[in-house]
Amino acid sequence: MISTIYRLTAPGMLEPTCRELPVSGGEVLLRPRWLSICRADQRYYQGQRSPEALKAKLPMALIHECAAEVLRDPSGAFAPGALVIPVPNLPGETDPYIAENYRFTSRFRSSGFDGYLQEYLLEAPERLVAAPRGVPPEVCAFLELVSVAMHAITRFEGIAHGRRERLAVWGDGNLGYITALLLRALYPAAQLIVLGAVEEKLSLFSFADQRLLVDSLHLGARETLCDHAFECVGGGGCQPALNQMIDVIAPEGAMALLGVSENPVALGTRMVLEKGLRLFGSSRSGLADFQRTAALLEANPGLGQALERLVSEVVPVRSVADIHKAFRLDAQQSFGKTILEFLL
Amino acid sequence: MVLAAILAGGTGTRFGSAGMPKQYLALGSKPILVHTVEKFLVHPRVEHVVVLTPRAWLSHTESILAAALPGETKISVVEGGQSRNDTLRRALDFITAHFGGDEDHVLLTHDAVRPFVTHRIISDNIQAAAEFGACDTVIPATDTIVESADGAFIRTIPERQHMFQGQTPQSFRVGKLRTLMASLRPEEESLLTDACKIFTLRGEPVALVSGENHNIKITYPYDLQVAQTLLGQALEESH
Repeated sequence: MISTIYRLTAPGMLEPTCRELPVSGGEVLLRPRWLSICRADQRYYQGQRSPEALKAKLPMALIHECAAEVLRDPSGAFAPGALVIPVPNLPGETDPYIAENYRFTSRFRSSGFDGYLQEYLLEAPERLVAAPRGVPPEVCAFLELVSVAMHAITRFEGIAHGRRERLAVWGDGNLGYITALLLRALYPAAQLIVLGAVEEKLSLFSFADQRLLVDSLHLGARETLCDHAFECVGGGGCQPALNQMIDVIAPEGAMALLGVSENPVALGTRMVLEKGLRLFGSSRSGLADFQRTAALLEANPGLGQALERLVSEVVPVRSVADIHKAFRLDAQQSFGKTILEFLL
Repeated sequence: MVLAAILAGGTGTRFGSAGMPKQYLALGSKPILVHTVEKFLVHPRVEHVVVLTPRAWLSHTESILAAALPGETKISVVEGGQSRNDTLRRALDFITAHFGGDEDHVLLTHDAVRPFVTHRIISDNIQAAAEFGACDTVIPATDTIVESADGAFIRTIPERQHMFQGQTPQSFRVGKLRTLMASLRPEEESLLTDACKIFTLRGEPVALVSGENHNIKITYPYDLQVAQTLLGQALEESH
């Protein structure tokens, strides 16, 4: 059947085009309904990627965070009308050691492959996760981002030593908020510390035991702040945050790196060596992370409510002009998620 | 209940090639008609799709739909009439016979040769027809419209900002449509070939629903080339 795709052809330019979907196979026919804008989408939209990257990746439909309505499922796994979350990572092959989100052969939506700004979508039933019961669709829209934090925590659990009494998160943005929230749910007995640069944003982390401005952190000699740490800063703030983490983390602590930096970052490796720290990168997520996230949200109704506080704008999208409006509104937000109620 | 009538009544007199009505020509991997029907079938609110087709093409239509959509029970193929109004009457008769005479049924009528209709247009039609009784899908006119009675000289040039180009679907509450069509006098029959026009002449409101520029009608060979290009481009560019 014919489906309209809304592709970014150049920064700030969206064009509808059509393609034929091969609906007679065994895949689930979906209608993207609730979409959420990620920083990566905004970088494409605003032309903040390198000219080479833009040339290589455009035209492309943006957005990889989505909750979709099932229209038809030949496999019978999902009922028509059910809300599901598709995994934007599309693995091309299996590998017993390398996770699907790190394989060079995997494709990722809205990064070299069409994202969810489409009228209809076909997905394999095994790449869909049922929306957790009781969680509003606006939150399901960015379950992918929640699963990215979950992925980092799952990796942390496999890498970090067993003393997990003091856990710290650097970053007072969306990812910092979500990571801290998941740690709170998964490690209720641990002391949770959040470090950020903006007091107003930090105040939203009311569930944390300690909220610290990065500039106000002063420790005595041989004093440490945390057993393990999560970096959710990215960009230019990445370097000072990571070096501060190295300074205040306890020996043999694990440091999860989640923030994207376009530029190389200089680290004080002397202390990394001295303390025997374990630094590990974490990017995107896979099916298992989506499943664990959905299960956690379903079991903890309070989590869904806390995530709902991240929804800063819900823009009904009935035209291409509305998509532009959503991206413009999103660019003005320093915190929170812009949700598209996709009606096109 | 929401129903769709796909009007495939034309015999392709405007299309230059081969005598094959244009709705049966291939677009991408399927006949145009199949693409059009699929858009209505997958819409969760549309409960049944009635395809109205010239008698000579009934079995062909049934064959291509059965081949493309095996096991689909939400489609009926019905013989169309001589004129668009006749075809519409047959659609109404079929609906009454099979789905009852509920006046609040909503009927979406759509050209078989507009396969690029979107989910949003269908949703908006259902809502507007249920709320206002009738609606027409339109886009703002981009060309200046010139009115001429004799085809030789301009009589008037209406203000473009008030001009829209009609697309389809045109959608109606069934009870109202039936009553108004029954009120047509024989001399009106040949003039009122557009169901929305019947509503406006009888003083009934017809709401506007925004169409899309790409909801094109495949009337001429040029249109088919445009349609193929629309689909072909996406195939080449898909990553």
